[in-house]
Amino acid sequence: MLELKEVYKTFNPGTVNEKRALNGLNLTLKEGDFVTVIGSNGAGKSTALNAIAGVWPIDSGSIVIDGQDVTGLPEYKRAKFLGRVFQDPMTGTAATMQIEENLALALRRGDRRTLRAGITKKERDMFREMLKTLDLGLEDRMTTKVGLLSGGQRQALTLLMATLKKPKLLLLDEHTAALDPKTAEKVLNTTDRVIKEHNLTAFMVTHNMKDAIAHGNRLIMMNEGKIILDIGEEEKKGLTMKDLLDKFAEISGSSIQSDKVLLA
Amino acid sequence: MGGFISALPGAISQGLIWGIMAIGVYITFKVLDIADLTVDGSFCTGGATFVVLFGMGVPVPVALLAAFGVGLLAGLATGLLHTFCGIPAILAGILTQLGLWSVNLAIMGMKANVSINVINQENLEKLWVSLRFVQDVAKGARPFYRHPIFVVGLFTIGVIVLLYWFFGTEIGCSLRATGANGNMARAQGINTDVTKVLGLMISNGLVSLSGALLAQYQSFADSSMGKGAIVIGLAAVIIGEALFSKIFRNFALTLLSVSLGAVIYYAVIQAVISLSNINTNYLKLISACIVGIFLSVPYWKGKYFAKPVKREEVASDA
Repeated sequence: MLELKEVYKTFNPGTVNEKRALNGLNLTLKEGDFVTVIGSNGAGKSTALNAIAGVWPIDSGSIVIDGQDVTGLPEYKRAKFLGRVFQDPMTGTAATMQIEENLALALRRGDRRTLRAGITKKERDMFREMLKTLDLGLEDRMTTKVGLLSGGQRQALTLLMATLKKPKLLLLDEHTAALDPKTAEKVLNTTDRVIKEHNLTAFMVTHNMKDAIAHGNRLIMMNEGKIILDIGEEEKKGLTMKDLLDKFAEISGSSIQSDKVLLA
Repeated sequence: MGGFISALPGAISQGLIWGIMAIGVYITFKVLDIADLTVDGSFCTGGATFVVLFGMGVPVPVALLAAFGVGLLAGLATGLLHTFCGIPAILAGILTQLGLWSVNLAIMGMKANVSINVINQENLEKLWVSLRFVQDVAKGARPFYRHPIFVVGLFTIGVIVLLYWFFGTEIGCSLRATGANGNMARAQGINTDVTKVLGLMISNGLVSLSGALLAQYQSFADSSMGKGAIVIGLAAVIIGEALFSKIFRNFALTLLSVSLGAVIYYAVIQAVISLSNINTNYLKLISACIVGIFLSVPYWKGKYFAKPVKREEVASDA
């Protein structure tokens, strides 16, 4: 479903701020894989996600989604394959547009946009039914501007938008990091449900080890722009936080100097 | 006072004409969130194109359409400078505006102004709007529906209806999304470069059309007729928003409020001219001050009079 081969990316090359963010990253995801990605700050988790999304071009390597080489495609063309939820609740939705207008935009992801109506009666009815499943009461407020919603409501809406048109790959970029714990859990549960329901392939970056262990069927740990640990379904079932920390120490050859960075 | 009342129909006509330009400014400034300075140039381009084509015997509707067309091209130039060449929008607009100065002179045959001979009755009858019709209707020499307020008013309604339809289509929605949140738009597969260029084109097309109507109304085009147009456009947008945003929430009505904002702006300017002995050369300074103050109000409000924003609790009842 997803194949990253020898992906390199360096930011600000040739300056004092030079940062080698991806260092020969290799990753293959099978259809239906739900992989959680952890790593300390600057390990390259979000960079890997942005490379897949095509936010900027990579320096070398190749990215293949569902058999199609997308390495040279700009962000808006890759959108056809991808559903995305961002860390900042403000990023995933258009604040000055209505809930139903946001959904209508998402429904047309990857389609050619024409001079046909931007939203139809039939779509409104469909959106109402889908909003009900979020259990946030949004189905009665479809013409409310999204800017008036709370962070949790916006993330839930973004999640619905990302999966409205079934994506080949769902990219979740620490999408609960900006939420309070209770809301974060609710959004994560919704995430789980949506992924199961549609049998989606998902790539979830998180800062939270507990979440990384509790969700998905595969866990990846990144360090210095590479994958240093890849735990499959069977092994992941009995995995504890201590196991993870020990493994990290073993592989990287040093104990983690600041657990906080990893556990935050 | 009598002078002001008698000058009012003219001021309203002119305000309505500038209102079409202001609607164009609204599209870039409010919908796309771009401050587009092309306007000062493209306004004159429309006027010059219209007058020159009319002088060549081209029918009024065709000349107006051509003016709209050159505006599209001006917007295209700014759009490509901004998206394809990566120049900041404000600078891209300034570059186009500067270049258009020469283009406008070239259109007018390297003269600073060109005029329509309205002494020639045959010419005058062909026009859709003219300052002279204001007086003619007042005297009863022409039916009311030839009054510029009526004609330009119809024009404005036509423009608003078309834009209302357009911004409800898939393409129109993607344009709005681009202005609201570019990241989100791209994540939904929208080529935000294309939508920005499209928005700049439509905006400048309307600005040019407005310039053509003004040139027709005053029966001449002048190379400096667009100077400060962006400020007038912003003034109209801001006045319209300040006075009507509480009652007009629908998009079509918002556009109407922009047009009304331009009318009010011209009525106020006319009042200042009629009721005081001010040298009209100070008008631009006054306009700049008024717009400056209105633009800073939202900032001051946020900074010094901030009220806690009412937000709903995060699914507290769930």
